Amino acid sequence: MPSTKQPHRFSLMGVSGHVGSPDGLFLLSSATSAPVENVKLVDRVSPRRSRVGTLYLTATHSIFVESEAGVRNETWVLHSLVCSVEKQAAAASGCSLLIHCKNFQVLHFVIPRERECHDVHLSLQRLSQPESYVELYCFSYKPNVGEVERRQEWDLLDLKADYSRMGVPNSLWKLSPINRHYKVSDTYPADLFVPESAAPPVIVGSSKFRSRGRFPTLSYYSKDNHAAICRSSQPLSGFSARCLEDEQMLEAILRSNPRSDFMYVVDTRPKLNAIANRAAGKGYENEDNYSNIKFQFIGIENIHVMRNSQQKMLEVCELRSPSMSDFLEGLESSGWLKHIKAVLDAGIFIAKAVAEEAVSVLVHCSDGWDRTAQVCSVACVLLDPYYRTLRGLMVLIERDWVSFGHKFSHRCNHLVGDPKEVSPIIDQFLECVWQLMEQFPCAFEFNERFLIAIHGHIYSCQYGNFIGNNQRERIELGVRERTHSLWSYLWMNRADFINPLYRPDHSQTQGLLRPSTAPYCFKFWRGLYNHFDRGMHPRQSVEDYLQAIQEETQQLHDQLASHKQKIGKLEQEQVWRVTQKTTTLDKSPTAWALGNDLTVANTPQDYTGDFISSSPCQPKAPESSLILLPHDLNQKSEANLSNGSDQESGIADLSCRSPLSEDSTRDPDSDEAAYSAA
Amino acid sequence: MNIKLIKYGVMEFAELIKTPRVDGVVLHRPFLPTVEGTLCLTGHHLILSSRQDNTEELWLLHSNIDSIEKRFVGSLGSIIVKCKDLRVIQLDIPGMEECLNISSSVEALSTLDSVSLMYPFFYRPMFEVIEDGWNSFLPEEVFKDLESMTDEWRLSEVNKDFSVCPSYPPLVAVPKDVDDDTLRKVASFRHSGRFPVLSYYHKKNGMVMMRAGQPLTGTNGRRCKEDEKLINATLRPGKRGYIIDTRTINVAQQAKARGGGFESEANYPQWRRIHKTIERANVLQEGLIKLVEACNDQSHSMDRWLSKLEASNWQTHVKEILTTACLAAQCIDREGASVLVHGTEGTDSTLQVTSLAQIILDPACRTIRGFQGLVEREWLQAGHPFQQRCAQSAFSNNKSRQEAPVFLLFLDCVWQILRQFPCSFEFSESFLVLLFEHAYASQFGTFLGNGAAGRAKLSLPEKTVSLWSWVNRPQELERLTNPLYEANSLVIWPSVAPQSLLLWEGVFLRWNRSSKCLDEAYEEMVHIIEYNKELQNKVNSLRRQLAQLETEDPLLQTP
Repeated sequence: MPSTKQPHRFSLMGVSGHVGSPDGLFLLSSATSAPVENVKLVDRVSPRRSRVGTLYLTATHSIFVESEAGVRNETWVLHSLVCSVEKQAAAASGCSLLIHCKNFQVLHFVIPRERECHDVHLSLQRLSQPESYVELYCFSYKPNVGEVERRQEWDLLDLKADYSRMGVPNSLWKLSPINRHYKVSDTYPADLFVPESAAPPVIVGSSKFRSRGRFPTLSYYSKDNHAAICRSSQPLSGFSARCLEDEQMLEAILRSNPRSDFMYVVDTRPKLNAIANRAAGKGYENEDNYSNIKFQFIGIENIHVMRNSQQKMLEVCELRSPSMSDFLEGLESSGWLKHIKAVLDAGIFIAKAVAEEAVSVLVHCSDGWDRTAQVCSVACVLLDPYYRTLRGLMVLIERDWVSFGHKFSHRCNHLVGDPKEVSPIIDQFLECVWQLMEQFPCAFEFNERFLIAIHGHIYSCQYGNFIGNNQRERIELGVRERTHSLWSYLWMNRADFINPLYRPDHSQTQGLLRPSTAPYCFKFWRGLYNHFDRGMHPRQSVEDYLQAIQEETQQLHDQLASHKQKIGKLEQEQVWRVTQKTTTLDKSPTAWALGNDLTVANTPQDYTGDFISSSPCQPKAPESSLILLPHDLNQKSEANLSNGSDQESGIADLSCRSPLSEDSTRDPDSDEAAYSAA
Repeated sequence: MNIKLIKYGVMEFAELIKTPRVDGVVLHRPFLPTVEGTLCLTGHHLILSSRQDNTEELWLLHSNIDSIEKRFVGSLGSIIVKCKDLRVIQLDIPGMEECLNISSSVEALSTLDSVSLMYPFFYRPMFEVIEDGWNSFLPEEVFKDLESMTDEWRLSEVNKDFSVCPSYPPLVAVPKDVDDDTLRKVASFRHSGRFPVLSYYHKKNGMVMMRAGQPLTGTNGRRCKEDEKLINATLRPGKRGYIIDTRTINVAQQAKARGGGFESEANYPQWRRIHKTIERANVLQEGLIKLVEACNDQSHSMDRWLSKLEASNWQTHVKEILTTACLAAQCIDREGASVLVHGTEGTDSTLQVTSLAQIILDPACRTIRGFQGLVEREWLQAGHPFQQRCAQSAFSNNKSRQEAPVFLLFLDCVWQILRQFPCSFEFSESFLVLLFEHAYASQFGTFLGNGAAGRAKLSLPEKTVSLWSWVNRPQELERLTNPLYEANSLVIWPSVAPQSLLLWEGVFLRWNRSSKCLDEAYEEMVHIIEYNKELQNKVNSLRRQLAQLETEDPLLQTP
């Protein structure tokens, strides 16, 4: 089992679960400050279900250990995932500490003494705001993996292989060594594909006419019809400036698509923003200066608008028992889904230009690392079924985001820095993919869990992949030499991330996806933004059910083969006594049949728990649970304590926003409040 | 096409049909290719049949038509037909006169007032009735189940001629110690004579759920000893109960002025009263109209869509109804208390709550047959006025009178629970959609009439076919079965957080988007499950073969 290779230690982030005592002991000894006793972890949704325990701060995690007799229940939160720590005014019950995480987990601790709360607050603030890269978790994360294997992790994905899968280099596109030492553009990767006819002086000249030297270069090439998606930053055109080399560069791109007599230039910014940029000597292409281009604005808002929008949406997600109107009004006024739609619309425009018109497209925004990355990668997902596979999506993120210099460190706030640089641009890309998965349930090899896992680790800093802002920085930091790769971890655990409905030969899987962009096709992504509010999610998962069935089907295949073999043997030989019971025979189907597992899956214990526990046979290493979330043992135990029977535990699981809070049912006089609150 | 059927219709409704047949009519439906063919009007159907063999015919019940609009471009007329199942189609009809004739005929035929002219009275089943649905859920049979669990209840015939309560069935379950005279007195104290009756018995702890109409306390606080006695008779010694009033306290207060009211705690000391906020019929109808309008306007921006969705308040209604049902279920199951549910008449919000609470509490209600039984008991026999409520749907221009999507909201809530517990229901979403369709327009008599007395007068069992007769045939059951179903004996508690409640796309967006990809996903899911079963059977048969070989084997060697 691949996952066992990954050690448990330090692997949990923001997870409440049961960790074996050896790990626990290890952690306690490495605690950086004295443990704080009698801390209350408040259940945000139903406050009466809060838990009391001890809070430990280690160098890398905050760990809350519940002090309920009999169960050992731990909640781990990686410091690098902490987005903000807020200390509230002291009350009679203690002093509240509110921790918001980048994976949208919210923890509310109540610490009895203000002094202690103050200390924890200060420590956490320091620990969660690293100032230099070396402090990041990926540099201290040392799973039990040999150096040779660790190096191999980084070889899992090979961008060159992806380019050759696309069909380049060929007679139209060549690999250019011009940026080998990051001299032309320090935010671009070393290896870039350019039109065959683009000579180095043209490239260099063009790069001087583009923000941050980000000249037009190949992002995706369609083998079938030679149409290409190219990307760049904005031209430094100001009000009237021209650049011959830049014009030649676009001409060269057009020529690399022999059958086409024009190309699109897509500026993903709202027109007003682009015009405003002209005053700063930047701007957009003038159709008169470039031969045979069709220029198009697609109004996607800038990083600041997106940041505020997500912030507003998260506030709505965090409301305590909101009404339907509160929620829908908040969702609307956040504008979030409108922005998601804008990104998807832009992706569709480009994908259609490439697939249906066979016309090449040059995409840019301002710097060409935010909206451009979103739009190019969404277009790729729509265009090419490969990017809808597990490996394909990883390659796509590695190419369009990591290699092309999306500023992960700034956008994800890995280090303490300018808060105005932070923006959920990659979140929006992942959400666009999720929205597409909702419309095309059979078209994607991976499941929602995969997207959530990627999201969590982009922010966790546990792996080196998203450290720094571009390739050059990552080389300087030596992430390949000093850290582990997320892609390898995901690949080894791919069994958890497979969409059971995916079939490579399904008609839905083939060719261009044509999603509907009617507003009602866009949904709120509960799975990500309310990921940790378990009570809001369906209690039974169709996907897990199907996954379990497929695993069983696999076993049946084996059984079938072995039975056939046995029968053949018996019929042929018909001589010797067959020993009665071999191991395979022992396993009568009913012994492991799905039926049994489903009975379990239908009991509430499994809904609350980690999805994986419902798959019949494989115990998973906690590694996988980190994305999947709580083995919510606390809920189980609570249910068991209060009720004592299987039947009743179903009720204790009635979580969150159902009408009565748990405890109120034991206390009739307090009900009124609970009912009216509901 | 069934010629006999058409002729019959033509004879009966001849004077309403001005033009029975037009050639060269073109049908437009969203996401489907256009069809050209001959349009025929019969007494009950609008039929479009194409001359090509491969194209399916359109058969539309006139009673399914909610509104009809005419448009003319030159001599080409179009009628836009908006159906109660929320489908919108366009028919291009050559010739202005034909178009006008068709339009006015359809308008007349789709708004016939007389129940006895409805299609179910003319429909003859073209399938073999295996089990007559009219006899499938008789109260006396249902009561036998109750008797096997408890002897605290009896079946009263006090309403056998509908004189005590016209909306109740002739047989109702009441506390054993309460005699029929008392029931009569209580009936005079409750709205429309709806005295408290048993709705559900929770086997696990013996707690019960009852439903009734509002007490007629009026402004001067009238009380009724018999009423107090009756509902107290349902409490175990020392136990308390909950009265769930589906109205806000303000609305309940206002009802006093019109002779209604609520149980004062002074007179019912063993009961705690809780007020909830389920909206009244006309508000729900308004919500439906707004929601459907929002869903049908493709030109909306995201902001406008979300604000219209919000303004329709549909999801708010779903949340309120579900929350109230959860509350009732929780009182019964968690608190071990009995519950009495009522609103004003006790025929709308009350039934939503009592039926949903049973879905939550009782695994039997989550089976196909159990759900039919629930609809039969808690909606049809309990006197929900289907005909009034479902006379119009979201498009009608006529001023709505008694129309309200009370039953549709119930189905929506069931769908929400089904989404949250996709493996706990024996039926799939298509069963809920089917019930929605048939409640509004049907060839079956099941949803005709208003209340038990009204339905009895129509002699439905004698003159019409029951929907259940059709549903409970193997081929239909197979279509409605949820392939993921695994019996779940637990109480299932849905989440009522706004994030958990979704728009029921299967009804509201059904005609506004292509469902191809989702249908394929469903087929793929069925395929995965079927393939697994197939393999299981193969393995089992091989195992038997193997076992046989193994036992035979020694014998073979002995000689």
